[in-house]
Order: sequence, then structure tokens, then C-alpha cells
Amino acid sequence: MATELQTELAPERAAPKPAQPERGSAPANKPARAGRGALAIAGEKLIEFVIRLCGISAIIFVFSIFFFVFREAAPLFFQKHEPPAQPEAVVERHADDHSPAAKKFALKEFLFSKEWYPTSQSNVRFGVLALIVGTLSVTALAMIIAVPFGLGAAVFVSEFCGGKIKETLKIVIELLAAIPSVVWGFIGLTVMNPIIQDLFHAPIGLNMLNGAILLALMSVPIMVSIGEDSLKAVPDSFREAGLALGATRWQLVYRVLLPAAKNGLLAAVLLGVGRAVGETMAVLMATGHAVNIPFVTADGSFNPLFIFEPVRTLTATIAAELGEASEGSQHYRVLFLIGVLLFSMTFIVNLTADLIIRGIKKR
Amino acid sequence: MSKTKFARSTILILTIAMAACLTQPGCGKRDGAGGSGSVSKTTVQNIGSDTMVNLAQAWAEEYAKVEPSVSVEVSGGGSGIGVAALINGTAEIANCSRKLEPSEIEKAKAKHGSDPKEFMVGYDALSIYVHKDHPLNEISIDDLAEIYKEGGTITKWSQLGVQAIPGGKGDDIVRVSRQNNSGTYHYFREVVIGKKGDFKAGSVDLNGSKDVVELIAKTPNAIGYSGLGYATPEVKILKVAKKKGEPAIQPSIPTTLDKTYPIARPMFMYTPGNPPPHIQKYLDWVMSEAGQKIVKDIGYVPLPKS
Amino acid sequence: MIAETTNRLFAETPLVRKKQRREWVARLIFGMMAAAMIIPLLLIIGYLVYQGAPLISWDFLTTNPVGGMRRGGIWSALLGTIWLVGVSLLIAAPIGVMAAVYLNEYARDNWFNRIINLAVINLAGVPSIVHALFGLGAFVLFARMGRSVLAASLTLAIMTLPVIIASTREALASVPRTFREACWNVGATRWQTIRRIVLPNSISGILTGVILQVSRTAGETAPIMFTGAVFFRSISEGDFFAYGLKEQCMALSMHLYTVTTQVTGAPKPLPYAIAVVLLGTVLLVNATAIVLRVYLRSRKKW
Repeated sequence: MATELQTELAPERAAPKPAQPERGSAPANKPARAGRGALAIAGEKLIEFVIRLCGISAIIFVFSIFFFVFREAAPLFFQKHEPPAQPEAVVERHADDHSPAAKKFALKEFLFSKEWYPTSQSNVRFGVLALIVGTLSVTALAMIIAVPFGLGAAVFVSEFCGGKIKETLKIVIELLAAIPSVVWGFIGLTVMNPIIQDLFHAPIGLNMLNGAILLALMSVPIMVSIGEDSLKAVPDSFREAGLALGATRWQLVYRVLLPAAKNGLLAAVLLGVGRAVGETMAVLMATGHAVNIPFVTADGSFNPLFIFEPVRTLTATIAAELGEASEGSQHYRVLFLIGVLLFSMTFIVNLTADLIIRGIKKR
Repeated sequence: MSKTKFARSTILILTIAMAACLTQPGCGKRDGAGGSGSVSKTTVQNIGSDTMVNLAQAWAEEYAKVEPSVSVEVSGGGSGIGVAALINGTAEIANCSRKLEPSEIEKAKAKHGSDPKEFMVGYDALSIYVHKDHPLNEISIDDLAEIYKEGGTITKWSQLGVQAIPGGKGDDIVRVSRQNNSGTYHYFREVVIGKKGDFKAGSVDLNGSKDVVELIAKTPNAIGYSGLGYATPEVKILKVAKKKGEPAIQPSIPTTLDKTYPIARPMFMYTPGNPPPHIQKYLDWVMSEAGQKIVKDIGYVPLPKS
Repeated sequence: MIAETTNRLFAETPLVRKKQRREWVARLIFGMMAAAMIIPLLLIIGYLVYQGAPLISWDFLTTNPVGGMRRGGIWSALLGTIWLVGVSLLIAAPIGVMAAVYLNEYARDNWFNRIINLAVINLAGVPSIVHALFGLGAFVLFARMGRSVLAASLTLAIMTLPVIIASTREALASVPRTFREACWNVGATRWQTIRRIVLPNSISGILTGVILQVSRTAGETAPIMFTGAVFFRSISEGDFFAYGLKEQCMALSMHLYTVTTQVTGAPKPLPYAIAVVLLGTVLLVNATAIVLRVYLRSRKKW
């Protein structure tokens, strides 16, 4: 995973690339030699067509992801408003159905209400504010843990060690990135849960901190590899100039490299954020999955121990509830709408990271 | 020319591969007897409730010894998924830990021409669990409702008269619940909170019955509900009283059968219309003494002996 | 005298000593940060293996789960994962390789290809659960595949496409331009050049990408939860074709999730053993890719 983005984001680093400007000069496919049958030429045309088609497949897929996810969510906005039913009728119906209990969907309520009662028999409420807060707070805490470690490790790998140690570290990072998220979740559930309870005297070990530690470990590899790339992209002349002035490596890193590579490092952090926001299984199993705004206590005051509160994220909500939401019900569509929300969030984060990286390349 | 030949064969292979990929979904619907390709065996598709999936699997396994010519294929996913599969015809038996909704019956009738047939195959006594060192021994449904329902007033163990929980971290009650569309969640809401009520936000909503028990085993402050079959030595099952002051009842086979234990629910299997003979035979076996013994072994409550 | 001056000039001043101390501290801190990644990896693997070891055996891999998934092995889940990986590989590999060929050999550096690049990055960044929603909406429902191996594999294939595209591109880019020019000069068409020169010379890199895709696919849970994986299915042991494309299957990652959260009364080592098998498979596959890469880099001729 880490390598994939790494090469994707820094293609110019990847060995001698066929020089760009000359591309146009490659031979055009004209019927050149005698002896090549029309069929062969047609075949070649066909395969080139297929190649082009595959080339744009990524665009097609991204669009169709948005399209199909939105398609399932869209009817929410076009539902006719039905008058609220009599309470007697409500009791008889299952909340997942298109019963009159299902109110007209309001986007404002969706985004700004913290009440998530998708299967209530009396008053269905689809407010994802608590889930958004959950996602953002877990991600933020994960980044507070991961950024120093990720960027520190990137500096270490790029500047402080060489040869064998460097290779080994990179391999370890790659392996760390390969651990499946369900295994992380399992570790959070079985190993971290009791540790956190005992260590911090927390009433429950499945909480924000647990999820954040897992997310930090999961997003560190991508930060290290992108961070290392951006440090590597700083011209060696900068380093040489610094060393010639008698700077130590630490001074070099602190005064020269970090400022010079700060955009790239920011992009690395952003990609880590994208990873953390989108993670599903680990947070499903480790954050406690409670609809809860962690910063507020039951009586409405600020909760200083919020990192020990169980929270629920957008991704985990979809994973937990989609299985039994009946197709076409309002609940089902709202879950798809959460998908649209997640898609948009990660899209913006990734786009920003990409723009930053492009900006660096241009210079 | 080998070059062009190769190019051509590459194209050919690619086209075939793609065509194969693309035409697959268009293929005909698989009939019930399809299965894993063995011709002599009749397969029965049994889909549904996660509460019942272990049980259904144990039945299927045992039945393979009784009747080798019939192979029952079990998969879980939830009561809702089982019912959906029953309606669209991919399941021949649906496991359901709740009764069918009227709308579901309508849909099934529209599709298959007759009402789905219901078979009660056992009971599940929903038990209230706390940590094994927890001093509490019994609880009333009223107190449970105050703990769980929206607007309920009990948030601290001390409100229930519990002073010190061995190994406990503070006084807060950690409410453990299930994800909001599981059959267990619905049943608990119906009997404890009341149909029109809702759960208090902030409960830990887990995705599996076992998950609930495991978490409680590791969390001294927690309380939660799950099937009787999921009990382990690390947790304590509370006796439940219908009302404050009434005697609290331990969930067990006799108390479930004589209906003194207040929160027990039946488990069902549904077939679309009257089942064909080989399925009827399977269901008969499930409800026979041999089948019901397995119910008991897995930890659920068997049907009363008639 | 000169030596004396030099000595004085380059003698350790308090400032230099302070500088060097800082340097040492910085190195230590950064080193510890790097170590903070190795240690969890080792601890996790060690702990899982320690807990799961009593159950792991050949029989564990080749027998079906029995007794309500409490006893027996993991054959049906393992086979399901093999199927999902295999089918998604068949779909993703050709598309991914050809997309990379397009991006590296055909595409010019213009706005359109910037968008393609962006799309590839975004495809890698879309949350796995959104891929699951997409798979459900597009394949299961719209294309009427139902929950099946095929629908799940297609979802996984699209999700892991960027892995193949990225490493294939890197491999293609590392073929020197002179190779291509030589080929064009003897009158070969662009496709002939790619087919005869570029692809054979970069096959190792492509293979690495494919292997990485396998590792990624094997570990994913969320995308298959709603598109094709089930809790339990009984299949005959030892039959590699026990699943059909249009049937649902079990999968190792899903099985770990199920056993952890649903199955009661399972022996304590069981989920650990499943986790070890899953982690082992993924890491082994990844290690193969790494070894392959190192080996091929060492014998590269240019």
C-alpha cells in the first residue's frame, strides 16, 4: 500500500523514465511494412483501443463509485412527503420499512443532529453529527500520535541511517502496512482493551484511545514513505551547503530540510488522515461503537477524559448496520448517503494532498 | 508470422476472458439443487439469523449423518437477510429470531403464491450479564429500562445500591447493547424499553452476541444482554424480576418453558409455502428429540416435550 | 605553528560539544521513533503466534469448521479467500497492467492524464467500506449478480487496481528509453515495441505488483461483507472447485471477524490461530514480493 502511493506520487523518482517531450515522436501506426496482414493491423488497433480504455478505467471507476453509491442514496431527496401517521399504526410497522413513520428526509437534520435512531419504532432520526465527531476525533487523536512518529521515522530513514538499516526499516514499514485491518481490530479487541483499562483506570477499554492507537499504527507507514520521498526530493546541494557550514545533521534537518520539505510532509500527513478517516474494520472492533459525542458529559459539561470515551465512526456505522437494513428502506439509503459523505471527505483530502505534491513538482 | 500470431492470440484470449467476465452475470439462475456440483445430493439452502447460525450449522452437520443424501447449506447474515432470501427464492429455509413482519409476509405471498410457513424450533432466553465479580445478583425490568432507555435516570451503579465493584473503574455503568437492527436489539427494546421507546445514546453497540459477553467479561463496570447460549464462566447471569419487588427468576430451560422468565423469545424457521418432502423431513427431524438435543447442547432452550 | 593554530581552530569548544550532544539526542529520538514501528510489528506477530500456536497444524488448514465453528479447521474460509484472490486477480491484473501501459507509454503529459493520475490516487484513497457500498449498488443489485464470489471479486479488483497500476508503471518506467528507440528504428510499431521489448523487460516489476495485489486482497474484510462473503457455508473438503462464481463463499478475514464476535464456546486459541494464518499468508506473500524485488534489482543488466 505504502509503496503503491509512494511510486504514484513520485513517479519522477522511479528510475530513468522515458523522456516526456519525445513521446510524440514515437512512430505512428501507419501501414508500413508489406507482409503484415490487414488483420494484424486491425488487431493492433484493437489492442491499442483496449489499452486506452483500460487507461481511463480509473476515471470510470471513480465516477461509477460515486454514481452507484449516490444512486442508492438519491431517492431520499425525492421522496414524497407523507403526513405523519397515527401512533397506533406506527407500532404495527417495522421501522425499516417504508412505513408512514419514516419522515421526510432532511439534509440539515442529517448533518447537524446528533440523534441516530434509524430503527426507532416511534421517532426515526437520522442525525450523523455524533458519528462525524467520532470519526474526526479518532482521526485527530490518531494523528497526534502518528505525526511525530511517522515524520520522525521518515527523517531517521532518510537522513540518519544508510545501507542495510535503511533497507530493513523500509521493509518493516512495508510489512506493517500489509497487516489486514481486521487483524488490527482483533488486536484492539483482545490485547489493547484490557491494557487500556488497567493502565488508565478507564471504565471501558474499547474507546477513542484504543482506536486511535490502531489508526496511528496503520497510517504511520504511508506517512513514512511519502515523508521520506519529500525529504529525498530536497536537492542534495541544500545538504551540502549546510554541511559545508559545519552544521550537524540535526541542525541540517531542523533548519534546512524540514522547512524545505514542509509541503511534502504536509501531504504525507494528509494522506495519513485520508487513511484514518476511511478505515473500517479496526475502528468497528476497537472504538466501542457508541453513538456519543465524547467531549460532553451526561450533564452537559466538558469531559476532560474524553479520550477514554467510546465513540462510533461513519465507516463503522455502515459496516455494522448495512447487513440487516432492508433494501430500499430509508435507513438503507441513509447508510449510502453516509458513504457519499465519506467519499467526499476522502476525495477532498486526497485532492489537497495531490495538489500540494504537484505544487512541489512544479517548482 | 509469429509476432502477429501472438498478438492475435493475445487479443483472442483477452476477448474471451472479458466476455466470460461480462456474460457471467447474465447466466441463468441457479436452481436449488445446484450447490457444489455433486449430482446425487440434494442441497437445501438455509440462510438467516446470526443468533441461530451456530445452531443451524450444528443441525446441518448432524443431519448429514442421518440423511446423507441431503446436504443443508447454512449461512448467516441476519434475520433480515434470511427473509429477503426467502422472498427472492434463494433460500429454501430462512432462520429468523423474530416473527415475520406483515409486510414481509405480503411480499413472500406475492412472490410465491402462498403464505410462508412458520416452524418454531426452540427458544432463546435473553440473559442479562455482568462481570463475574460484580456484587449485583438480580435486577428488575424497570431498573433495566431506566438504565437503557432514552431519558432513563440510572447511570451509576450506586443508584442500584452497588457500592464497590471489585476491579471496577469508578461508578459509571457501561451499557453494552447490540447494533440497532439486530433481532436481539429489537426484542430487548420491545420487552424492556417498550415498543415506542428508544435506547439511550452512548451505549456500546456491538456486532455479535459473543462480543457482548466477551466485553463484559473484561469490563467490571459493564452490563449487557445476550443469548443464554453465550454464557461463559467469566460472566454472571443476573436473575430478572418482572417488576420491582417481585421474585427474580434465573433464566433456564424450565423457567423459559413455563414462561416465568420474562425475556425469552422463540426462534423460527420459515419455508415459502408448504415445504417439499425432503425439507419437511429435515424440519421434522429438527423438531424431534434428536434435533432438540442439539438445541440444548448449543445453549438454547429446546421446545417443550409434548 | 600551523598545526597549533589548526588544533586551536578545530578543538572542541563548548558550543561544538553542545552541538554534538544535541545531534546524538536527535539521532536517538528519531531512532526510537523508527523503532516504535518495528517493536509493535514484532510484538503483535509474536503474541499472535504464541497464542495461536497450539491449534495450528496441517489439519487445521485442510478441515472444515465444525460444531458451530468451534472445532475443526478453516478449510472453507481459506478456500474462499483463495477464490476471491484468484478471481479478482484475473480481473485486476489485465486491466491494471494495460492501464499502466497506457499511462507510461501512450499518455502525454496533459491535463487529461493529470486527471487520470488523480483518479488512480483517489481510487486508492476511497475508504474500503465505500467500495463495499459500490459493490453492493453496482454489482450485486444493478448488474444482478447477487451476493456472490464474482461480485465480491469485482469489488476487490477495483479496490486493488491502483496497487497493480503503480508498480507496473514503475517497472515500465525503469526500462531505458534507448531500448524503445532501438526498436522503433528497426520499424516496429508502438505495440510491437511494448509487446516485445518493454513488457518482457519489466515483467518482474509487474509480477511484484501482482503479488502485492494478492496480499492486499487476501486481507480485506469490509468490501466483501455485503458483496459475497458469508458467515458459514459447508463445502466438501479437499475440493478446490467447491465454490461457484455465482455462489457466496466464506473468507478468512471474515471468518476471523465472525469467530471473534459471534462464535461462543470456541477454544481460546482459535481466533488467534485464524489471525496467524491470515497474517502469515499476507506477510508471506508480501515477503515474496520483497525478495523478488531485491533479487531482480541485483541482477538488472542496465
